[in-house]
Amino acid sequence: MSDGTVGSVAIGARKSSMLRQNLKEFWYYFSESKTAVIGLAFLVGIILMALTADVIAPHDPTVQYRDCLEQPPTLGADKCNFAFGTDYAGRDMLSRIIYGTRLSLVAGGMVVILCLSIGIVFGVVAGYFRGWVDIVIMRIMDTILSVPGLLMALVLVAILGPGLLNAMIAISITYLPHFVRLTRSSYMTESSKEYVIASKVAGAGKFRIMFITILPNCMAPLIVQATLSFSTAILDTAALGFLGMGAQPPAPEWGTLIAENRDLMLSAPWTVTFPGLAILLAVLAINLMGDGLRDALDPKMKRS
Amino acid sequence: MSLLEIRNLSVEFQTVAGNFRAVDGVDLDINETDLLSIVGESGSGKSVSMLALMGLLPWTANVTADKMEFAGLDLLTISSRERRKIIGKDISMIFQEPMSSLNPCFTVGFQIGESLKQHLGLDRKARKKRCIELLDLVGIPAAEERLKAFPHQLSGGMSQRVMIAMAIACNPKLLIADEPSTALDVTIQAQIIDLLVDLQNEKGMALVLITHDMGVVAETAKQVIVMYAGQQVEQQQVDALFATPRHPYTHALLNALPERSLHLDRLPTIEGVVPGAGDRPSGCLFSPRCEFAQDDCNQAVPAMESTGGSALRCFHPIENADRGQ
Amino acid sequence: MFVFVLNRIALLIPIFFGVTLVSFGFIRMLPGDPVAALAGERDMTPERHAEMMAKLGLDKPAWQQYLDYVWNLLHGDFGTSVLTNRPILDEFMELFPATIELGVTAMALAVIIGVPIGIFAAVKRGTIFDQGIMGLSLVGYSMPIFWWGLLLIILFSGVWGLTPISGRISFLYDVPTVTGFLLIDALLSGEEGAFASAMHHMILPTIVLGTIPLAIIARQTRSAMLEVLSEDYVRTARAKGLSPLRVYGLHALRNAMITVITVIGLQVGTLMAGAILTETIFSWPGIGKWIIFSVFSRDYYAVQGGLVLIAMIIMAVNLIVDLLYGLINPRILHTSS
Repeated sequence: MSDGTVGSVAIGARKSSMLRQNLKEFWYYFSESKTAVIGLAFLVGIILMALTADVIAPHDPTVQYRDCLEQPPTLGADKCNFAFGTDYAGRDMLSRIIYGTRLSLVAGGMVVILCLSIGIVFGVVAGYFRGWVDIVIMRIMDTILSVPGLLMALVLVAILGPGLLNAMIAISITYLPHFVRLTRSSYMTESSKEYVIASKVAGAGKFRIMFITILPNCMAPLIVQATLSFSTAILDTAALGFLGMGAQPPAPEWGTLIAENRDLMLSAPWTVTFPGLAILLAVLAINLMGDGLRDALDPKMKRS
Repeated sequence: MSLLEIRNLSVEFQTVAGNFRAVDGVDLDINETDLLSIVGESGSGKSVSMLALMGLLPWTANVTADKMEFAGLDLLTISSRERRKIIGKDISMIFQEPMSSLNPCFTVGFQIGESLKQHLGLDRKARKKRCIELLDLVGIPAAEERLKAFPHQLSGGMSQRVMIAMAIACNPKLLIADEPSTALDVTIQAQIIDLLVDLQNEKGMALVLITHDMGVVAETAKQVIVMYAGQQVEQQQVDALFATPRHPYTHALLNALPERSLHLDRLPTIEGVVPGAGDRPSGCLFSPRCEFAQDDCNQAVPAMESTGGSALRCFHPIENADRGQ
Repeated sequence: MFVFVLNRIALLIPIFFGVTLVSFGFIRMLPGDPVAALAGERDMTPERHAEMMAKLGLDKPAWQQYLDYVWNLLHGDFGTSVLTNRPILDEFMELFPATIELGVTAMALAVIIGVPIGIFAAVKRGTIFDQGIMGLSLVGYSMPIFWWGLLLIILFSGVWGLTPISGRISFLYDVPTVTGFLLIDALLSGEEGAFASAMHHMILPTIVLGTIPLAIIARQTRSAMLEVLSEDYVRTARAKGLSPLRVYGLHALRNAMITVITVIGLQVGTLMAGAILTETIFSWPGIGKWIIFSVFSRDYYAVQGGLVLIAMIIMAVNLIVDLLYGLINPRILHTSS
């Protein structure tokens, strides 16, 4: 029917312009915090670094320069001049750190994707069905929470075996409860609101109500949590790498880099300092961005 | 004897959208045993002006005045320490939401006793005795047991009585009551207002009653100040105000009272809304909504003109309004 | 109050079963043959295999094994270490005091510095103090703890030679174990310089372990205070003419304490995780180092037992935190369900 199509086009157009309006408003609040914007810029820089590693890294990260073992950072074009120095096997620290961005970003991203997808489903299911489904899910989450994250991850990696993939899975499992709880509690708050009743009266089915009506309104705290988990995942991945349970050598994961060079930390401190600095800066940037996100998405702070 | 003199009080808040003038050029004179009522809608600045007097505004507020004197003390230049000596002792304030105005972690006795200890230096026995006296005075039964109660164990009306007890603990010269009964049940409202008026008579203190309820004003006040959008627009004795309101806003407010429209089909309303930060009209702030507005009303802001005990801020006041119905 | 306590304990029971289930299942989930893993032997003959299986109780149905396991736990039998052949509980208890000592001092550092600066930042909101404190705290919890430790060692031990590199006390001293807490034992032993040496060894590990909790506590105290400061009862307190110290330190803080204590309670878990890394770096002979060692040396009973013990300890701490809530804010006591 012509009315229907015109109407739906009009609604579609209104929806997309509303989206644009929301994005504009969001950016207004987000950009109020200069540090958040710096964080975002830095993160974009890291992503670019990861994507263009093959091009911008001065050396191949796996090549061992046997004549230049444990060289301190020096600039210049001589044979053994490396901007960040070399490690115990004569490999260029700078290149290894640049390639390490890939591993950290993948680790963080994987964890966030897993946690968001599984966490949201569990949270919504728990919040919608309540009763024993809710109780079982929440008790499982409480159990995971009762053990410190790193310890749980260690145990899981002990079962699954060391390696970056297993480390990511283990870390995701330890973060899951936060996402489930958050989804569940905002879900329950939203589901008692009137627009949900209106949806039900209008005849919306279970699935639609759960994921299309209610869920979008719970996203704000989840987005903030996802950002925080991204940064913590990078830290935990590095920690597992440092303990030898994460990415295995010769993978240039930042934590693994520190572990490899730990014996020379006093004689060649740059081998340990720079990877850690990379971790710090990456996590800091994401946390700054996360703070800005939280402030921008928090309705209490909005000044009309 | 003049207890409180305020001239040209203004309060500006720094906000994201620029400076917002919440109070604009307020004048006030209060003598001992006066009972003044400040009336206005939400956003009229009635609470903010009193909070400015007490020094309770946040750091984003900029308070300016030509004069602000209490019992001879210049409140504008006073140090924080000096101010804290009179606040809670000679000037007290009670607020709108009694349930959240009491600290949930401490007992009633503790919270009342704090004022007594701070300002009067009473010891524990004397404090207890005085607390029981005060609770009796404000009409709380079983006073001695109540001392050990926590705020969440009290009803709204009781909480407000406790607040009043706390406020009069040190026999203040001036009590400011900011919408004390608004958040309470209708049946309790009258009790609280009556209590305040009784206490005012007994203790001989001045009372400033901030409210938006004209009915309360009619029954309790002697002097009335009407505020709109941060400015004072009219001041009169209560009887005169109700009989012959001179400012169109007052006139419209009184018209909107259900009791005055029994002979009409529909309740009169005042069209439009109170101006906020971004839409302040040029000229008289009420002019966009005023049914008697004329061309010169939006050219300039009318000044406050005082004659005798009354004052008015209007270019074209209502004369001879027939309120005889 | 009693009901409140019972209530809280009752909530822990399902978690207890959950944790024991996880640790029980842990061994079953290991790749390969659990009998071989637990016996520590390889290429066993079928007879030996059956013998070990019976000895380890692995021939019984799973649910029965689980119940036996829980029964043993409740009687204090956490299994025997494959490596040392000693009861896990004994090994744990020997090493635990070292971790407690480190954890307590780190937490003390975090709270004693973190809470006041959090309050200060809230009261001085928007000023350079506030922004500076928040900036530093952000850096504090964005750091990898193990890197921070190594960095401090490089600077303070390596470059400046001010602090020892590892261990709890200089090997010159032999302090008899009385409480297990070296600081106390050193004092008791009366050996000259022992206490000083123990303190000296404690400095860097405490700073390293305490940094992240400090940063988080400062932040959360600030935000809890900010929320409380906008409450009506703070306005009432100020309207009574009370001094700022009393208004912020008593009226406001009391109400913010709930959140602050929650945060402190949550940090215990972080401390345990941090302890694993800190003890590894400083060769601190505590639980953290022991667990890592057990994981690497495939001492699975030790890992399993350690997991349950640590979880139980954290549950106990959470219980205490809950009880503290009731004391601080009586409203919670009366209205808790």
